[in-house]
Amino acid sequence: MFDVVVIGAGVVGCAVARELSRYDVSVCVVERCEDVCCGTSKANSAIVHAGFDAASGSLMAKLNVLGNKMMDQLSKELDFPFVRNGSLVVCTDPDGLSGLQELYDRGVANGVEGLRIVDDKEAHDIEPNLEDTVCGALYAPTGGIVCPFNLTIALAENACVNGVEFKLNTEVLEILKLENGYNVVTNNGEIQTKCVVNAAGVYADKFHNMVSNKQIKITARRGEYCLLDHMSGEHVSKTIFALPTKLGKGVLVSPTVHGNLIIGPTAVDIEDKEGINTTRQGLDDLVQKAGMTVKNLPMRQVITSFAGLRAHEEGHEFIIGEVPDAPNFFDCAGIESPGLSAAPAIGVMVADILKEKLSLKQKSDFTATRKGLINPQNMTLEERNELIRKQPAYGNIICRCESVSEGEIIEAIHRPVGARSLDGVKRRTRAGMGRCQAGFCSPRTMEIIHRELGIDMEDITKSGGKSYLVSGRTK
Amino acid sequence: MKSVEIVIIGGGPAGLAAAASAKKAGCNSILILERDKELGGILNQCIHNGFGLHTFKEELTGPEYAGRFIDSVEELGIEYMLDTMVMDISDTKIITAMNRVDGMFQIQAKAVVLAMGCRERARGALNIPGYRPAGIYSAGTAQRLVNMEGYMPGKEVVILGSGDIGLIMARRMTLEGARVKVVAELMPYSGGLKRNIVQCLDDYGIPLKLSHTVVDIRGRERLTGITLAQVDSTGKPIPGTQEDYDCDTLLLSVGLIPENELSRGMGVEIDRVTNGPVVNESLETSITGVFACGNVLHVHDLVDYVSEEAGKAGKNAAKYVSNELAQSSKPVRIEACEGARYSVPRTVDIDRMEDNLTVRFRVGTTYKDAYISVYYDDTRILHRKRPVMAPGEMEQVILQKDKLKEYPDLKQITIKIEQE
Repeated sequence: MFDVVVIGAGVVGCAVARELSRYDVSVCVVERCEDVCCGTSKANSAIVHAGFDAASGSLMAKLNVLGNKMMDQLSKELDFPFVRNGSLVVCTDPDGLSGLQELYDRGVANGVEGLRIVDDKEAHDIEPNLEDTVCGALYAPTGGIVCPFNLTIALAENACVNGVEFKLNTEVLEILKLENGYNVVTNNGEIQTKCVVNAAGVYADKFHNMVSNKQIKITARRGEYCLLDHMSGEHVSKTIFALPTKLGKGVLVSPTVHGNLIIGPTAVDIEDKEGINTTRQGLDDLVQKAGMTVKNLPMRQVITSFAGLRAHEEGHEFIIGEVPDAPNFFDCAGIESPGLSAAPAIGVMVADILKEKLSLKQKSDFTATRKGLINPQNMTLEERNELIRKQPAYGNIICRCESVSEGEIIEAIHRPVGARSLDGVKRRTRAGMGRCQAGFCSPRTMEIIHRELGIDMEDITKSGGKSYLVSGRTK
Repeated sequence: MKSVEIVIIGGGPAGLAAAASAKKAGCNSILILERDKELGGILNQCIHNGFGLHTFKEELTGPEYAGRFIDSVEELGIEYMLDTMVMDISDTKIITAMNRVDGMFQIQAKAVVLAMGCRERARGALNIPGYRPAGIYSAGTAQRLVNMEGYMPGKEVVILGSGDIGLIMARRMTLEGARVKVVAELMPYSGGLKRNIVQCLDDYGIPLKLSHTVVDIRGRERLTGITLAQVDSTGKPIPGTQEDYDCDTLLLSVGLIPENELSRGMGVEIDRVTNGPVVNESLETSITGVFACGNVLHVHDLVDYVSEEAGKAGKNAAKYVSNELAQSSKPVRIEACEGARYSVPRTVDIDRMEDNLTVRFRVGTTYKDAYISVYYDDTRILHRKRPVMAPGEMEQVILQKDKLKEYPDLKQITIKIEQE
């Protein structure tokens, strides 16, 4: 019997698991996909919000600001890319400037530091590619960008090293109340546990409603994005948000920590919780809306587009804590934006609740730090040569676009909670993430997975399930 | 740091021909850097025949064609390194490369020949909406899987784009037992060679739908189907023309992009139309002593022309390192317009050119019984009727040194397509 089962290995589930792993407690994370970071956590704006958006006094506001503040330290401890590049909310309607003041006031009330309203001239000085119609902006120096894959994977790896068990390809079918806990029925066996943490993203309502009479409803709110090539990454240096106008809500334009440019998201509520498809209308909207705040967007440099689903709850507030009519069942529900920013703080909050509940004791042997994959691109020539002498695979480039070596791919496969699919390798190493979108490296990465894990080529998948890459041998 | 007179980036057909030609022109210090495990480049996966009709007057397969040049490079004793990735080239021609054995190392070159080839345009660049399942491959990736790795990407296939690799793969997949349901092409004409449409589609009863594109992709894990729609003259889907196809594989053959990341990194000027370096009559880029040839310069239709062009680049590189290539003094601009999309080269220096200079270009749309015209300033000096011209096939004109000399004050050479 586990002390805690966490449903969902997204950024929230992994943050909770990692924080819990500080304590002497048995934790199991169950995830229906073949890897961590496969739902909402993998397809979002990759933004660490400053925290002026959420209503003052809300849990959302509190955890956003807290999560933002934690990010520097966490990125050092767990070695994932995080850059405090600052953000600008730009206003393109002279009649709407009061909206900036509102955001400013709310941000100050929320405890966001360093906020400043800047005029059109300063806004354009900061960001020369802003559209000429931009007439003012709210500058938030604490805004940041992060790699959501690396953040989530780092949390998972660190949790794993500290004793958390990860059950992947494990879908929760039923949750039955026991006298002193729950029986979590999965497609992969039954798991008994004292406590359940529900971090199931868009499916958090499904699991909540299995144990509680007070039903909740999570709506999948689809957001579509375009990602542009490195060549465009310096088009803006800050994250550019649009102040909502009469014409509606805009989209953001931001550099990513890996030097790409991201544009998005749209916001459309949909019925299908698996509806991660992009749409013609959505993609067209994006281009049009992004162009309202940033000029000369090099849309010819789009290398991929994708959609993610935000777990929207009607009250637009995080639902975190023990479910009143289901003791020992803890929700992390309605975690939509700024969920990524808040995740580290959510992890601490939930761990604190469970610590009280289960009277948990700190572990003496907790390892707080995690070293990321070796990144030869950050090495000097000498260091790199030393590495290649010891491990020649680091001298063999597999992904040309992102300069990822065989050594990095092998490492990604053999790390704790390692990669087993093309997308798993991609999220950990960036192999296949570049401008050719895995055209050159797919067959070679498949061979490495085949060799390292002994998986038949026919059984290697893009992203688990039935996402097989080849149908069989040639004649 | 090791010094080499001519470093050739890429050991595909362009690099091989450039190397052989440089050697024959007298250069004894040549190094080819190749990222793959063997020389030959993309030809190694092109196991169909039809290569070399111009060069060797016979029909060879891709590996056979490459083999002849590899043999030549071997016989000439030209040095090459395999499994070696060039990471960076500086504007002072210092090449940083890496492999498993030597680690990361630098070479000072006197001249550089860029011969990196091209890559395929991916789904993302087209921004096709829908899901992102497994089973969507660029045609060249599928070709590698089938011909080199021995695996079938899938069984029920739709191909978007009628570029040559897509057409070749339609036949290849069919021969391997897959069912190719349709080839859809956005443009009202095919982007591939006429002979490939006949031999790869018509002969197998595979329909080619012109002015059609994929407007939706279905399947959350593996591809389950796509939707095609007809497009209007601006490329926009026409409502009501959608047709659903069940398939597990979508191959994309929607264009090739010269791989000029290294060229850009060293500061070489890139042409906006070809996506390749801007070159002069010597196939020299905006950086003196840096030459370009093959698909990295502009995407070719036939490898024969790649070999021919690369031969010139190699020869000029050899002349450059032995200081026999005169400084360019008076370049005349070659302007492609009115139907001619670009020209390679973009300038000609009459003092530097050989007796004849082949200028290659492509047309922007299909033409019947139209004329290729060349003007020296306002004087039309060539007016050649062509029964058919299409964007899928390269066109050429030959400029003669003798003729050019008659125009000492020439400002511009113009190439255009005229109806009469």
